[in-house]
Amino acid sequence: MKKPIHHKDAWLLVDCLREPDRALRLNDDDWNALISMARAEVLIGTLAHRLKDKKLPKDIELNVKDALVKAEYKMRTAMWEVDCARRALASYDGPVVLMKGSAYGAMAIEASKGRSIGDLDIMVSEGGLKQVEELLIQAGWEWVKEDEYDDAYYRDHMHELPPLIHKDRDRMIDVHHTILPKTARPNPDAKAMLADAIQLEDGHYVFMPEDMICHCAAHMMADGDLAGGLRNLWDMHCLLTEFSTAAGDFWLRLKKRAEHHQLWDAVHLSARHANALYGTKIPTDWMLWTFFDDWIQKRLLARNSIGQQTRKFLRFGFYVRSHWLRMPPLMLAKHLFIKWKKGQKK
Amino acid sequence: MHEIRITIGHASFRICSAWPKVIEQLETYYAAYPKPQIVDFTVRLEAISLLRRYIRPSVMIDGDFMLPEAAPLPLEQALLGAEMGMNLQMALGWYRQLILHASSAEKDGRALIMTGESGSGKSTLSALLGNRGWRFMGDEFAFIDLDSGFAVPYPRLISLKNQAIAAMEQECPNARFGPLLKDTPKGDIRHMVPPIDAIRKMDHSAKPAMLLFPRFGFDAEIYDILPSEAFMRLTHASTNFVALGEVGFNTLTRFVCEVPAYGINYQSGDEAEDMINKLWDKL
Repeated sequence: MKKPIHHKDAWLLVDCLREPDRALRLNDDDWNALISMARAEVLIGTLAHRLKDKKLPKDIELNVKDALVKAEYKMRTAMWEVDCARRALASYDGPVVLMKGSAYGAMAIEASKGRSIGDLDIMVSEGGLKQVEELLIQAGWEWVKEDEYDDAYYRDHMHELPPLIHKDRDRMIDVHHTILPKTARPNPDAKAMLADAIQLEDGHYVFMPEDMICHCAAHMMADGDLAGGLRNLWDMHCLLTEFSTAAGDFWLRLKKRAEHHQLWDAVHLSARHANALYGTKIPTDWMLWTFFDDWIQKRLLARNSIGQQTRKFLRFGFYVRSHWLRMPPLMLAKHLFIKWKKGQKK
Repeated sequence: MHEIRITIGHASFRICSAWPKVIEQLETYYAAYPKPQIVDFTVRLEAISLLRRYIRPSVMIDGDFMLPEAAPLPLEQALLGAEMGMNLQMALGWYRQLILHASSAEKDGRALIMTGESGSGKSTLSALLGNRGWRFMGDEFAFIDLDSGFAVPYPRLISLKNQAIAAMEQECPNARFGPLLKDTPKGDIRHMVPPIDAIRKMDHSAKPAMLLFPRFGFDAEIYDILPSEAFMRLTHASTNFVALGEVGFNTLTRFVCEVPAYGINYQSGDEAEDMINKLWDKL
């Protein structure tokens, strides 16, 4: 009966994603730890892509292949869903912007390789929401939340409609009109994001590179509790690495655009953490490190060698922070009170 | 945290738990199974909270792949928790073979595959045949190799339910049985260690020779099942058919075209065994 926890954080996973050749020197226990951590962080498909051409132990090679098959299947399903949405919204005049995984997949960029894609996220103008909602419902999507409070909460305060689910395919779509809750402190310029979006061959739009990075950063640093943070940070690493090769003053343009969206803090934070964990090349004057960065990094790496989450109190701290960032204090109090009362009734 | 590593057929697991006695129990019943170094999946049997590790201890099933709202089990049912955790890993993470939710047994180097709804008796029949001259291959999953089309065994602990428990206790009085787990979410359950030759030959695949759809509790009857119907039924009995895409389609098509399929209705194990032998002899 062994005691299996020999890694107390996820550095092993991060190291192997950054430098896949490191995996070639692992012992059996490390392999078990690596695979468990990667699955728990939903990075197994990404890791499999990084390892697929290496000389691997037989048992690992089979698991890598399984992960690639599953990732390909997930991508196929996600792209099918993208196409279903395109057909449902064909008569809508405004741009329909694909967000996150669906966008990366439709563009077939590095970030999409092996990436798991869950729900379909799209963004349309706030004025177009009503028409888009109607068209989706005509095409078979239905409301998930029956609860009046939740429904009103989404419509009054959130950056998206309450989630819709397709009645036959059982797939969820999130329709956004901006990238952060209306109540969050940063107030990104959604109009500019839509106006500057780039059209793909199939008719869908994606954000221009700077906006795509701003959204990725906002999603990770300004709107969540950093659950799944290593995955989001890998997206960030891929986006920065791929887009920064484009034109000379990319970093300057990115900074200006982020400031315009009031997201410079989030972009800067994500970029330096991507640099610290994944070795992303960023300008030297972006590499500042504060006391708080240590805690963010500890939170990102809170995973042990059997795939369990660690650092319960730190995670709770970031959970509280995520609500704090999402809404003003009084509103937060009211929201939590109503949620608590509903919890009591159940 | 304590752990045990076990190999079942082509698959291997690491099962971790904060309770040493859970791992000791698994070590007892999985004693004859190979113990691998590198594993395919990790399953965790954890306490739902620190308090519930000691007071009314409750097991949460966790692992590499998990479902968001799985209900916890009382600690006495940890063996069932391990079983459910391992099933889940296979269903959500195994793509190297086509998974059929089916039991299987081998005779003369050829495999019999049995599938059907819960309660059809497919698990019990495989356990019964395993005691009557066949090699037990598995009571829960049969895997179809994507290249050779062969059936790959998965002889985990046999999970007997409700009436099957007494039937198998009588059938195999010398077999090793786990504790009787009463009123689990799946009814009464008792695990049984498969015959030793089933464990020794756990990586011996066999060419599928017959597909059966047994139904327990109906008047005795044997009827043909067309390949097209077998195909449709098996798509529902497979957890990874859709994900495997074209390869999965080709594997299943080949399977139903090459393997004759029958439905059998039966009232008792002896009756089913007679029907199976009759059909098998005509192959």
